[in-house]
Amino acid sequence: MQDEMKAKAIEMLSSGAVRRVVGWRKGDFDYDVTPAFFESVEDLQAHFVYNDFCGPNLSKYMVKVSRMEGKSLVFLKPCDTYSFNQLLDEHRIKRDQVYIVGIPCGGMIDCYKALRKSGGDVLAMSSDGTTVKVKTLTGEMSYPKNDVIEERCLCCKGGKHMVYDELIGEEGTLNPDSNRFRGVKMVEKKSPEERFAFWRGELSRCIRCNACRDVCPACTCELCVFNNDASGAATKAPVNSFEENMYHIIRAFHVAGRCTDCGECSRVCPERIPLHLINRKFIKDYDELYGSYQAGESSEGVSPLFTYKESDPDPSIVLKKGGSDNA
Amino acid sequence: MRKLALDKLDAFFKAIAKNETLYLPVRENMSAAFERYEEGTVYFEAPNTLRSAKDFFFPQSETLAAFRFQQNKIEVVDPRRESEDFVVFGVRPCDVASFKILDSVFLADPVDTYYQNRRRHSTIISLSCTKPRSTCFCTLYGIDATKGGADIDSYKCDDGYYFEANTEKGRTLLESLDSLFTDGDDTVVESQREAVRNVLEKLPFGKLDMRKFGKDAKMLELFNSPEWDELSQSCLGCGTCTFVCPTCQCFDIRDFDTGHGVQRYRCWDSCMYSDFTQMAAANPRRTQKERFRQRFMHKLVYYPEEHQGVYGCVGCGRCLERCPIHMHIVKVIKTLGEDA
Repeated sequence: MQDEMKAKAIEMLSSGAVRRVVGWRKGDFDYDVTPAFFESVEDLQAHFVYNDFCGPNLSKYMVKVSRMEGKSLVFLKPCDTYSFNQLLDEHRIKRDQVYIVGIPCGGMIDCYKALRKSGGDVLAMSSDGTTVKVKTLTGEMSYPKNDVIEERCLCCKGGKHMVYDELIGEEGTLNPDSNRFRGVKMVEKKSPEERFAFWRGELSRCIRCNACRDVCPACTCELCVFNNDASGAATKAPVNSFEENMYHIIRAFHVAGRCTDCGECSRVCPERIPLHLINRKFIKDYDELYGSYQAGESSEGVSPLFTYKESDPDPSIVLKKGGSDNA
Repeated sequence: MRKLALDKLDAFFKAIAKNETLYLPVRENMSAAFERYEEGTVYFEAPNTLRSAKDFFFPQSETLAAFRFQQNKIEVVDPRRESEDFVVFGVRPCDVASFKILDSVFLADPVDTYYQNRRRHSTIISLSCTKPRSTCFCTLYGIDATKGGADIDSYKCDDGYYFEANTEKGRTLLESLDSLFTDGDDTVVESQREAVRNVLEKLPFGKLDMRKFGKDAKMLELFNSPEWDELSQSCLGCGTCTFVCPTCQCFDIRDFDTGHGVQRYRCWDSCMYSDFTQMAAANPRRTQKERFRQRFMHKLVYYPEEHQGVYGCVGCGRCLERCPIHMHIVKVIKTLGEDA
């Protein structure tokens, strides 16, 4: 797959059809890839990589890249295309400046899980799609890839691309049985007190690095309220122990109806807080209240949270506190 | 050296905690964190904690002063209290080395009394490394992972923990615990250190070419290198690298309006943030590239320039593991250090 992608990229770059290629750059240990903008054939030849470690979703970069001079090619995995579409919906990407090549994805490896399983002294890591082979400072090991796959890939939306100009490989199908609300249901089963304690515990580890926000394709405000002194809500440090909690709650409300459930927030969190559960709870709630809606499925989608119909249910959290059956 | 039987470790913790507050690494989710020892606390021998040990002296946020408004009067409240004595066990040599870097900033004239207060009341027990990770590169900076150089250095060997005091504070603490120890054979420690040194030799980033950096670096040439564009192009601008870093010491001072007063607090700042060094007139570093460059120039050039060539990085490897896009100081050194 990597070779086909590289050939496509080189062809389009050398013909002048695009000025740059947005993809992933090879790291030192194989697992440490970096999103990159390639502008030369030599650079592509030497450093372009596509493997089971290319988790980073490149869609958000296109907000910036589509405003650069000349057209850009971007490689998007199926679930990345939802984010791209949602950004188109919000008029954040200049569509005519981007050439999308849809690529298949066999599930991405969670680096944290893989490093922990490998003992931390990894020198090289490779995956053939089913088995991960690891070379460490002290020896070699291998284990099934499924042991270290990312959470979001365990409940994959399917291999179908929502937007593309061209596909490499065969188009996949949607996966209606992703069972992605499994985690949310487990949290819902808790009593309100237990649930509060669960989130207080998880969020107590937040170091407020803002990585979840900075990576989030739904967070593209030019200046976030939390960075804007004039907003009155700028917080660089927690004033009290609830501050971090508030930040995550506000962020979840802000992206509700626009979050495509791409899972980048949980992927980048250095403290491994399951942030995606907060967003998925919102998705589950409005799916139940207003009928199923998948943000990013279309570039002209209208979230039920942005429209009003007389028949809309009128859920209240005031009348009936707690639980999932608020309607 | 003094030797402690492996199964007496908890008794050792208990004995310290009887007189002083003790912090040690415990398992936290997928990593480790320093926590206060209480009866039943389970020690976790982590290669390193996710957050560094700088938090003990330079917490993420602290109130510097408070102002209470009462009618026409403003009462100024100094929140400083003499810190209690505390002991930290299990600090790895890289983090111990980071204290020297923080000291050179906070204890230089004018002394930061908030930092100094905590520093003075601490006793650090280092734990020498036995299982370096491939992301470790302390050796690049001449840091000895097999000997911490803290108040007390400790070593975990097959037959027990070995302790050696380096300072008066350390000696006092060890003496107070003497009934737990037996005489230890130094050669056991020495042969283990030798074995670990052999592993350290193999660290993939332990011997990078540093000729372009340090106090004799061609500062402007590096500053104007075209490579910064590519290095910084996909940086998210989050603060992960700076917040897990044991040597990042930039802070901001802000006022929090409590409604009936002001709490003036200091908090960690990150050069990755868009409002870093924001001033009334403008921000001198307007793009992510400039902010990204600042972080690495600071560690590899500016700091060594002012501190006899000592680098502002200790090679703990936290940023290598935690950066969401795996763009970190080693890649910067490799890219800019080429063709020295």
